[in-house]
Amino acid sequence: MEDKSKFPVKKVLFICSKATLESVYACFIMANGARMEGIESEIFFTFFGLEAIQKNKLDHLHVATVGNPAMHMPTMIGGLPGMEALATKMMKSKMEKLDIPPVGEFLEIMVASGVKIWACKLAMEMFDLKREDLIDDVEDILTVGDFYGRAEGQGTQIIFI
Amino acid sequence: MEKVYAGKTVGVDKEGYLTDLSQWNAAIAMEIAKEEGVELTAKHFEVLSYLQDQQRKEVALSIRSIGKSGVVDIKQFYELFPKGPLKIASKMAGIPKPKSCI
Repeated sequence: MEDKSKFPVKKVLFICSKATLESVYACFIMANGARMEGIESEIFFTFFGLEAIQKNKLDHLHVATVGNPAMHMPTMIGGLPGMEALATKMMKSKMEKLDIPPVGEFLEIMVASGVKIWACKLAMEMFDLKREDLIDDVEDILTVGDFYGRAEGQGTQIIFI
Repeated sequence: MEKVYAGKTVGVDKEGYLTDLSQWNAAIAMEIAKEEGVELTAKHFEVLSYLQDQQRKEVALSIRSIGKSGVVDIKQFYELFPKGPLKIASKMAGIPKPKSCI
């Protein structure tokens, strides 16, 4: 039974602003997890986050090995050629074991689950992107104002990742 | 904890999930469904029976694996159990609350 006095979360809007594998997965897992709880969920892709919904880029996202203290490796080593690819490969294999889908499949699962996918108009212009560069599942290209318009209603949260 | 569903006393955890699948029957599923505001159809029961099979095989459930089951696709799964498919369907199927985050 729903306890109305607790004001449960009804809708979460995520802003996906980065294209490192770890940020994109954080966003996807949270957005998909919301749907699994019956909470409405949408993602607004902006800036480098747009790479996660570009047809020719989404399967080539990398883990950041430089400027990421949690990698526990010296920045100089993280910057060596091949390090990002290696770290990415390791992370992907770990994720497959945990039944976490690759980015493309994850997007399909989310769309089938009712997650709405939006792209940021200004960022699209900045990177000279066209609608056809993005996956077909993108609902629309929105301005920041349009996006805030989608946040109306009690129980809505906006999360920036 | 115990709860009476459809005239039968069954063991449940604090969230109402059955603790013993062998106590499950279709009438119990229908009563849990009523609490959740879902009217069960033959398709619902097909999904519940798949979930029970997986539970007996001790396979952890996820939305992804259910989508690949051939029993139901993800979109339909959400249509059948809109308020949180994996959790609600598990409850109706008489299996433990799923621990999966995906």
